Amino acid sequence: MSSYTKRFDGRKFDELRPIEAKAGVIKKADGSAYFRIGKTTAYAAVYGPRELYPKFLQDPKQGLLRCNYNMMPFSGAGERVRPGPSRRSKEISLITERALRPVLDLKDFPNAVVDVFVELTETDAGSRCAGICAASIALADAGILMKDLVVAFSVGKVGDQVVVDLDGDEEHFESNSSVDIPIGLIPSTGEITLLQADGRISPEDIRKCIKMAQERAPAVSEILRKALKEKYATE
Amino acid sequence: MTGLLVQDKNVVVPGEIIAEGMDYLPSYGTYRQQDKIRASQLGLLTVDGKVLKIIPLAGRYLPRRNDVVIGKIIDILISGWRLELNSPYTAVLNLKDASFDYIAKGADLSKYFNLEEYVITKIVNVTSQNMIDVSCKGPGLRKLRGGRVIRVSPCKVPRIIGKRGSMVSMIKRATGCQITVGQNGIVWINGEPDKEIIVVEAVNKIQQEAHIQGLTERIQKFLEAKTGMKIEIIEDHTEGGSDYRPEGGSDYRPEGAAEYHSEESP
Repeated sequence: MSSYTKRFDGRKFDELRPIEAKAGVIKKADGSAYFRIGKTTAYAAVYGPRELYPKFLQDPKQGLLRCNYNMMPFSGAGERVRPGPSRRSKEISLITERALRPVLDLKDFPNAVVDVFVELTETDAGSRCAGICAASIALADAGILMKDLVVAFSVGKVGDQVVVDLDGDEEHFESNSSVDIPIGLIPSTGEITLLQADGRISPEDIRKCIKMAQERAPAVSEILRKALKEKYATE
Repeated sequence: MTGLLVQDKNVVVPGEIIAEGMDYLPSYGTYRQQDKIRASQLGLLTVDGKVLKIIPLAGRYLPRRNDVVIGKIIDILISGWRLELNSPYTAVLNLKDASFDYIAKGADLSKYFNLEEYVITKIVNVTSQNMIDVSCKGPGLRKLRGGRVIRVSPCKVPRIIGKRGSMVSMIKRATGCQITVGQNGIVWINGEPDKEIIVVEAVNKIQQEAHIQGLTERIQKFLEAKTGMKIEIIEDHTEGGSDYRPEGGSDYRPEGAAEYHSEESP
């Protein structure tokens, strides 16, 4: 394994790419958000709570969360992304839902559904995490009861170095030998709602990665909160 | 650090720490996590003595008993109508609650309320599963004819009505339009077409600026500029409606409406 002494874009090993977030970008939606991290851009729109059909999907105890993740055809690096649902987008829709569900309180909305649509206009690694961050802001913007905003970004290992927030070049480092771990956290409790991993990594390094993620989470959380507050800024 | 960390009437977001220590109590939209009180909804913080609660800035309408709402007829059932209420749940208007008139068995129900029509109704019952029964029997409750219908965020309804109906009655006086604001965020406006447009603009302005102080004065200026009239802000019991009832002004009030208002007067 070769050594990785300096990051391609000059960041520190525990530094995230520049983040930009905005709430309320889609006026017709009940809640919406834009979230950009480096060259990855996500839009999320929330509709609902609203009636859920077909009826057999309804849960009489609480409302349901339904997420949809989609990469736009022109969003990838070079190759055209084939439009429509795929094995990958279906998986990411599901893990987005599971990452967000623990913070939501939908007991007031039995038999109803909250729909979240995440669209990626530009992707350069970390798209599922960007989608979760955007969805977090959008859900709060829709006025849904939630105990915290879920934050998500990736951690991992490039060469012999543990890093935060891999970009596309790092993900493809030395014929895809790097390790990519998307992680979702509830900042107020430190609980993990999403943890996937791609590649070979030792248990010690995984612990290091998670610790780094927990250290970075409050900063990302602050950006999400600021986006929501800016929508209602008085001046 | 203990005590309140956010000022009263400030915007809070989910997860934000509002207070530390055991001096405050969490209420609607907040929760306690060990010695911290955090927000669980986007909204304006209200400090009421020791109690911390949140006035939501967004969200769908949740039906509550005795709310007066405007519904749209979306279906005709065997003995009643189904109404859409700008909410995740639909309501049923039962035949016996629909009219004081005798409706014969097997009558053509579309003669009373037809599809696509709007009706002012009152919610008489809500179940745990949010099944809603509404009634059209009562003062001010009726089918709407003419005018236009707009939809606003249900959270902004108290702002549109104003303290004891001050806002809605001001808009009425300025434009001469009939206005009914349903608690569910459906607003009916009837008057001169150009005046109706002024009302729509005013309501949209209220929606956008509801969280900023001095709203009534800004709307007063807006209406004065639009109509060229001098408008006063009146706040009293007899003229206006209330935070919880539509039927803001004194005009076009049907028989029995006085009673209907007096029970609400604080």
